Amino acid sequence: MTPLRTIRSRTVVLPAANIDTDQIIPARFLTTTTRSGLGRRLFADWRYAPDGAPRPEFALNRPEAAGCSILVAGRNFGCGSSREHAPWALVDYGIRAVVSTEIADIFRSNALKNGLLPVVVDEATSAWLIDHPGAEVTLDVETTTLALPTGERVPFPLEPFARYCLLNGVDELGFLLAQMPQIAAYEQATGA
Amino acid sequence: MTTPKTLFQKVWERHEVVPETPDTPAVLYIDLHLIHEVTTPQAFAELRARGLPVRRPDRTLGTLDHSTPTKTEQVFGGAPIAIESAARQVRELEANCAAFGVELLGMRSPLRGIVHVVGPELGLTQPGKTIVCGDSHTSTHGAFGALAFGIGTTEVGHVLATQCLLQRKPRTLAINVGGRLGAGVTAKDLILAIIGRIGVGGGTGHVIEYRGETIRALDMDERMTVCNMSIEAGARAGMIAPDETTYAYLSGRPRAPRGAEWERALERWRTLATDPGARFDREVEIDASNVEPMITYGTNPGMSVPVTGCVPRRDGDPAFERALAYMGLEAGAPLAERPVNVVFVGSCTNSRLSDLRAAARVLRGRRVARGVRMLVVPGSQQVKAAAEAEGLHRVFIEAGADWRESGCSMCIGMNGDTVARGEYSVSTSNRNFEGRQGAGSRTLLASPLTAAACAVRGRITDPRELLQ
Repeated sequence: MTPLRTIRSRTVVLPAANIDTDQIIPARFLTTTTRSGLGRRLFADWRYAPDGAPRPEFALNRPEAAGCSILVAGRNFGCGSSREHAPWALVDYGIRAVVSTEIADIFRSNALKNGLLPVVVDEATSAWLIDHPGAEVTLDVETTTLALPTGERVPFPLEPFARYCLLNGVDELGFLLAQMPQIAAYEQATGA
Repeated sequence: MTTPKTLFQKVWERHEVVPETPDTPAVLYIDLHLIHEVTTPQAFAELRARGLPVRRPDRTLGTLDHSTPTKTEQVFGGAPIAIESAARQVRELEANCAAFGVELLGMRSPLRGIVHVVGPELGLTQPGKTIVCGDSHTSTHGAFGALAFGIGTTEVGHVLATQCLLQRKPRTLAINVGGRLGAGVTAKDLILAIIGRIGVGGGTGHVIEYRGETIRALDMDERMTVCNMSIEAGARAGMIAPDETTYAYLSGRPRAPRGAEWERALERWRTLATDPGARFDREVEIDASNVEPMITYGTNPGMSVPVTGCVPRRDGDPAFERALAYMGLEAGAPLAERPVNVVFVGSCTNSRLSDLRAAARVLRGRRVARGVRMLVVPGSQQVKAAAEAEGLHRVFIEAGADWRESGCSMCIGMNGDTVARGEYSVSTSNRNFEGRQGAGSRTLLASPLTAAACAVRGRITDPRELLQ
């Protein structure tokens, strides 16, 4: 993974609460055996009409959404299935961070493993962001703060180890493999 | 005196290879890793790229369920798997399991089935174990007092390579359930009522322990239905303390401990229950005697009402209005008597023998209404064989339903078993998200009793009307 320190982008806003992973990437696209190329399926049933034509009213299809890498969404984003295809699709499309008042556990864990920053903010900040689509926002992983164009800086929680991995572009597997002696000792001690 | 501990704390602490610190998550040992064709290809590719073996193939079991066909000729030969990309996933898991020495319950195995049905059925799911799978409904196994949760594909790779996961300790939520479930009211109705109460994000960051006299009175199939849908409340896992019901279920299962080992296991399992006085981060009280047969009307599992009820009103809530528009329903309108197009009995929530018996109880001597398509998909080949041994398949077939081989089928619609755009499907599965059962499909979640009653009438029906 490439290190992630800051993200500066205009936002694209999907205000609905409880956007589930079946919306982010419908199940019929999960018969893939690779991680790549899912961006064109992102929000497939919201982005495209049944005949495949883009729905012009959908936020991601509007011209001003082009190049936006911060997605602002309603409460409980990413609920539902454990499919890692959801962050794969978001990242492949070009999204680098998701901002919400609540992000589902498994989605959050999957996002962090793919360099996609889950940002949980308070209701007031979320409401401001939802009311100002296209706002230029800066996310700083080092200081774990979100900077609004108003000059306000809002802190967001980020687990220290996840922060370390993002800042240094390292993945967890390397850390786990380094624990092999402890794992073997545990197996021996417990008869596992 | 030691500090009283919850069931979750005990299982967690027994699996800490390295405890968490402020800077690093815990290294948590995983006893059982269940894998399937959809969320593993990329994980095996990662192992290959790094030249790593599967550390404990003996703690790993594969099955084919998600994109697997349910039509007999596609499962047992005579016809190719209809969806080529699904066929490729099946072949890839077969090749990966062979190459890495992992046992696979293959396409024609009499033990194959939905991952969360086969684990318990084989006796692999046991109290006190840590169990993971690249599937969010892994919470099902918590019914045995295991700590079981869904993981993503990167974590599948971590477990394959190290048998461990890096995890922060979640918070605990006790759901205390008292009162008796009424006639015609099932575990499915109870969990839908619980999710309706705490909300689809109500369990986020928490492991739920279901407690109380109502839970103790449930059999294992019912407990699995409850724990299965913990994820629909956003919870990391759902757990129920093991008791005599649990031990009776496991005793004699092919992969459960035997003889002296069984006695030692029992001793260990009996220490797992939450100690008196142990503290949970949150507690919720539920009165089961008020629960009625439930049905969902919206596009998440928290949007449910009694089947005799009306679609609620929530003025000025755009997400609510969007959900009703998608479902083609109006606020304030009764649900009963609305026509349905499809009925699905199956999924890791409700596809076990007792679920099929419940559906058959309603269907026996009756027919699926004209114009309704009903699909009954057993949770495993063993469930299928057991159902056929007692003649349940004849009840379904004579009623006009389609009786299939096991798999996830119409719950997720990956294998071609789908609901058409705009159609209403009363389904015993776990998710009514937009498009879950096929693009444009409209899902109403309910129990097997309610689903079967809807099939017979062709309309949304209170199952109690057909149970007299």
